[in-house]
Amino acid sequence: MSRTEWETVIGLEIHAQLATRSKIFSGSSTAYGAPPNTQANLVDLGYPGVLPVLNREAVRMAVKFGLAIGANIARTSVFARKNYFYPDLPKGYQISQYELPIVANGAVEIVLEDGTTKRIGITRAHLEEDAGKSLHEGLPGLTGIDLNRAGTPLLEIVSEPDLRSAREAVAYMKKLHTLVRYLDICDGNMQEGSFRCDANVSVRPKGSTKFGTRTEIKNLNSFRFVEKAINYEVERQIDVLESGGRVVQETRLFDPDKGETRSMRTKEEANDYRYFPDPDLLPLVLDEDFIEDVRRTLPELPDQKAARLRSQYGLSAYDAGVLTASRELAAYYEDVVRAVPSEPKLAANWVMGELAAALNESGLEITQSRLSAAQLGGLLTRIVDGTISGKIAKEVFEAMWNTGQSADAIIEEKGLRQITDASAIEKVIDEVMAAHPKQLAEYRSGKDKLFGFFVGQVMKATQGKANPGQVNELLKKKLPG
Amino acid sequence: MSNTSLHRKSLAELAEGLRKREFSSVELTRACLDRIEASQPQLNAFITVTREQALAEAAQADQALAEGRAGPLTGLPIAHKDIFCTSGVLTTCASRMLSNFVSPYDATVVARLKAAGMVMVGKTNMDEFAMGSSNETSYYGPVRNPWNTDLVPGGSSGGSAAAVAARLVPASTGTDTGGSIRQPAALCGVTGLKPTYGRVSRYGMIAFASSLDQGGTFTVSAEDAALLLRAMAGFDPADSTSVDEPVPDYVATLNEPLRGLKIGLLKEFFDKGLDADNERCIREALAVYEKLGATLREVSLPALPLSVPAYYVVAPAECSSNLARYDGVRYGYRCENPRDLMDMYKRTRGEGFGAEVKRRIMTGTYVLSAGYYDAYYLKAQKVRKLIANDFARAFGEVDVLMGPTTPTPAFPLGAKTADPITMYLNDIYTIGANLAGLPAISIPCGFTPQGLPVGLQIVGPHFTEARLLNAAHLFQRETDWHRRVPEAFA
Repeated sequence: MSRTEWETVIGLEIHAQLATRSKIFSGSSTAYGAPPNTQANLVDLGYPGVLPVLNREAVRMAVKFGLAIGANIARTSVFARKNYFYPDLPKGYQISQYELPIVANGAVEIVLEDGTTKRIGITRAHLEEDAGKSLHEGLPGLTGIDLNRAGTPLLEIVSEPDLRSAREAVAYMKKLHTLVRYLDICDGNMQEGSFRCDANVSVRPKGSTKFGTRTEIKNLNSFRFVEKAINYEVERQIDVLESGGRVVQETRLFDPDKGETRSMRTKEEANDYRYFPDPDLLPLVLDEDFIEDVRRTLPELPDQKAARLRSQYGLSAYDAGVLTASRELAAYYEDVVRAVPSEPKLAANWVMGELAAALNESGLEITQSRLSAAQLGGLLTRIVDGTISGKIAKEVFEAMWNTGQSADAIIEEKGLRQITDASAIEKVIDEVMAAHPKQLAEYRSGKDKLFGFFVGQVMKATQGKANPGQVNELLKKKLPG
Repeated sequence: MSNTSLHRKSLAELAEGLRKREFSSVELTRACLDRIEASQPQLNAFITVTREQALAEAAQADQALAEGRAGPLTGLPIAHKDIFCTSGVLTTCASRMLSNFVSPYDATVVARLKAAGMVMVGKTNMDEFAMGSSNETSYYGPVRNPWNTDLVPGGSSGGSAAAVAARLVPASTGTDTGGSIRQPAALCGVTGLKPTYGRVSRYGMIAFASSLDQGGTFTVSAEDAALLLRAMAGFDPADSTSVDEPVPDYVATLNEPLRGLKIGLLKEFFDKGLDADNERCIREALAVYEKLGATLREVSLPALPLSVPAYYVVAPAECSSNLARYDGVRYGYRCENPRDLMDMYKRTRGEGFGAEVKRRIMTGTYVLSAGYYDAYYLKAQKVRKLIANDFARAFGEVDVLMGPTTPTPAFPLGAKTADPITMYLNDIYTIGANLAGLPAISIPCGFTPQGLPVGLQIVGPHFTEARLLNAAHLFQRETDWHRRVPEAFA
């Protein structure tokens, strides 16, 4: 069989750390990076006799997410205990939601490579607490436990097995990454583990309606790793099947250094988690008022915003998609447009072109941009009003980026103002014609190609400041003699 | 008045004595401490005695009393079951697992009674992690019944019950998961109150079975229980299962007349398992209530016989999870020289827990396992619902239910340790109230010919502690069973 006859089936479980100030069941801070165990109180440490108290803010954030993906918000959901032993799990169980999650049956749309959209179902999203971390560095022969992260609220978002390639998986993950940041419920910091996923991967012969045996790749914390891990795993499973073997249901880990996945534990070794409703927490009951309150706090969502940018500014689907990748980028763009309302496409080109390149080069986010939207708008205003050409504008942009000065200050300082005075340009043209009699003669004897030469000479003589349209027009008039 | 007779007084009487400056809190506290220490070889009711801390607190209480800053409980001694976390004081739950655990915080119950000015004199012995009905599973050895030291005091709050019965302290706290306050109260001849589930905060009370555990009191009288409960009860934001209901003045309603009170006699409680002497005492007590103007009628709770099996699924299930935190990683016992993580887990828990605790952890783990969950845990929860419905239906017809607290009086040490099922059946009359979350009280209502106390149990609808205390108090006005003290401790 050739490889094209296999179909990949992927479902993702995304863990988004909710951006609450305190933990989901205790008052400890959730701030990242504190010295080990300085943000773990008696509840987080699982001391005898302590009890969990649910953080309402985490509930609010989960509901916000549910509303944003058009899901059902459970009027009653239940916290359950997931029992297993591990040193970074202080109580010997994780409080999670099992049979009755707070969010069920939602969906998002992703854009495929061919430009079409695809609906990806979201089976459920539930609240749970994160575990702590085991530390080995600097502790030869020992394992240290840091419980600062223990009890940090997580929203586990489980997709339907609707994804058919690593690229789709990445597109879906990016979509959710954008969404949770729009909603202000997760900082999306993947390096710190605030947004990570497990991927369930299987393959089946194309056309089959039955799922193949799946493996679960744990703890992928970058888009690149998701893509590489899934692609590796798909190839591995196809190899196994094509050589007559069977895929074993198991949990696997991705090794980013080697670019491969390896077995962590098989189904037989898997824990029996003995889920049961947590008797320390009452069922979570939400009333309509609460849900409507949350609904009122929903911002314009990425898809809505992209649609509006297309209709309001006439942008392409692609441009609108890029500019709405984050709420901050879209806001920046719209602030720029405010300076040049007649030229939204020009604004889009600059934000996605020069600005994006400069940010990328400096490793900065849009929120850290050295140029404010007002400053960039000031520059574009000078293009629109003819003070400078687009080409000069790039030079001005670079100077602005490096100095933080306004466009006008730089244009003034460097004398970059465009020459639009016809008599001044004519004077330069006369000088250029006088300085190049040979080329002039050739032009007049029919060598039209030399027109460009004269344009170049005039621009050079004006250091690029002459208005290119006027230069063309005047040369056409004067060169024939 | 000489300090040697202080121990014969009830909490209410002692409070009055302190207010009138007939004796000081330091004198009273020292008298308790001396009696506790003298009794230890016979009774073993305490795991920790906090003499110095207690005398210091008593001195502060005396100052408050002198300055007119005292509340109704200021300066009164109390002992806490060693299941309640006490800041800076060893809190063992009678287990080797916590034999080195000094709690960094106070349980809400402890903090509230401390804030009310009570003086903690020590921590009482109990069944390990509250699992037992005879106080024989304690890592610190069994507690003995003050009425006859060959007999058990009941459990799990055996130390708290024995301490009040022997008048070592005027009051103590306990916890009741399946009868752990009422059963030892009955076997030791004291007043034991288990409030409605959610009435008293569970924060800082080391969990056995979270959906059943409820803190309560051991006292000489119902009046004393009312005094204590008023200070202990109430919503606690640290316990999501505590209920935000106002706390009535239980003392104010103690003397409400009982005329017209409709008492239901649980048919299922007067069965062939009930000892003849116990039944005689109960029938005589009921006659007292009739004399007080109450009417009796038989009611039936058909699902009640299922309560013991349902309980022994739900409680172990919750315990298997609640006790998972004792892993040797952060506090408590850790085995010597573990080879690796798994070895540490296995030996720490193997060595740290006693046999009964292990039995329940294993039972609980089993009933929650994949493939068994529906058959055991879910089924037990359904039975629990049926039992709660039965009680609700009964309370449509009667105001309170009355019956025996236990099938028999206190039994000899070792008599039931070989057969856990026989031991479990000792809780047959008490478990129903836990499964339904109802308040219940056990009061002394007579003695067997062998001189052993018998307890009458009164169960009411949710949040009717005031009614139960009222009914118990009026009975105690008519009788003096609750004022009797074992000869050895008179």
